Amino acid sequence: MRITVTVDGTTYTDEVEPRLLLVQYLRERLGKVGTVVGCDTSNCGACTVHLDGHSVKSCSVLAVQADGCEVTTIEGLARDGQLHPVQQAFHDNHALQCGFCTPGMIMQAIDLLAEDSDPDEQAVREGIEGNLCRCTGYQNIVRAVRDAAHEMRPGAGPEAERISGAQAGVHRS
Amino acid sequence: MIPAEFDYVAPATVDDAVRALADAGEEAKVIAGGQSLIPVLRMRLAAPTKLIDLGKIAELRGVREDGDALVIGAMTSHYDVMRDPLIGEHAKLIAVTTSTVADPQVRHRGTFGGSLAHADPAGDLAAPALALDVEMVAHGMDGKRTIPASEFFVDYFTTALRPGELLTEVRVPKYTGWHAHYEKFNRVAQAWSIVGVAAAVQVEGHTIKQARVGLTNMSSVPVRAGGVERALIGQEATPEAIKTAAEHALEGTMPVADGNADIAYREHLAKVLTSRAVTAACR
Repeated sequence: MRITVTVDGTTYTDEVEPRLLLVQYLRERLGKVGTVVGCDTSNCGACTVHLDGHSVKSCSVLAVQADGCEVTTIEGLARDGQLHPVQQAFHDNHALQCGFCTPGMIMQAIDLLAEDSDPDEQAVREGIEGNLCRCTGYQNIVRAVRDAAHEMRPGAGPEAERISGAQAGVHRS
Repeated sequence: MIPAEFDYVAPATVDDAVRALADAGEEAKVIAGGQSLIPVLRMRLAAPTKLIDLGKIAELRGVREDGDALVIGAMTSHYDVMRDPLIGEHAKLIAVTTSTVADPQVRHRGTFGGSLAHADPAGDLAAPALALDVEMVAHGMDGKRTIPASEFFVDYFTTALRPGELLTEVRVPKYTGWHAHYEKFNRVAQAWSIVGVAAAVQVEGHTIKQARVGLTNMSSVPVRAGGVERALIGQEATPEAIKTAAEHALEGTMPVADGNADIAYREHLAKVLTSRAVTAACR
């Protein structure tokens, strides 16, 4: 089937099999390997992306279902070498060890902050309930999300990048 | 893992979807939000020949008032159900239960009707649907019919929907001013409910005037806790009265043992969670 999808601001038209998962499409067709696959059961949330502005597990969406939609991945967050405030907060707070869950954690954290611009610790823990981290015990992840919330007041969402006060300290390789 | 091959069609109207389902034969499957089905396809626990995707049918999304009832489109996402002002006002039990389903990502994709039609005994939405006496509206080649919730859930993953029928709408009587709570017990975040209890109460002063209670995962289908309801009506909403009423929670249940809980533990949970759910609802 022919699909047209906008991913990180670029529009792609491709022939895909109906059974192709969105995450496979992103990784194997478009080379967006920043979005990772962490499990086989839809539990881990590592593959979280935004589909028309809302977080989804891209292993649980068919590429054909994204036809006509807009997708944002972890690779679409930084602007001109400057990290998104949530990326910067994960760096500043040492919110990762192995880093495998990080792309999904960050995408879900941005979704959470769009809903609740100043979540307390419990709200952060519930907001990232669909994302598993096997290293950190979540402490620094929760800290990073709350730190990002302070950086991004009055709220995240599409404007988040533009009101970023974060410094570009680290570049993705 | 990758699903086995299938054909795919995404009709734009209910009529087209009914026709597509009729044409596709017995091995076809309807996909709503896909949050249960896609994992099942990936694990190759099912291999349908064709998927009929309801995702492009705009008329199946949204909530409207229709006299004494709300009508929830089957493809309304959990996320939209949770935040819908009409549901919040007239069917709070559905809103509060939906907010506990799975996790935020799944709630963005998963749908109210899809969850009910899937009929997983551990799924959270069947118990409140049963407790509130909702009606399921089904469309097929022979037209449309209405199925009461009490007849809809037949067995594990089995509903009264006939082959070729689609669940299109859920009609919910209004419970304006009722208080509600859903209490579920699971081991870890986003896990299925080991047991869940949906409770809605109408309280005047401190007296419980009416009560509706449904149990999740205490049988192959959701169970209406009629004994608890009868024992609550007319009582003061005290911890003792609620606890006494919750002793009736096992009536009509037929729990099974699995890796999460044996039967005695499930029975214990049903009483404790009923007490907690009703207490929280009365607050």
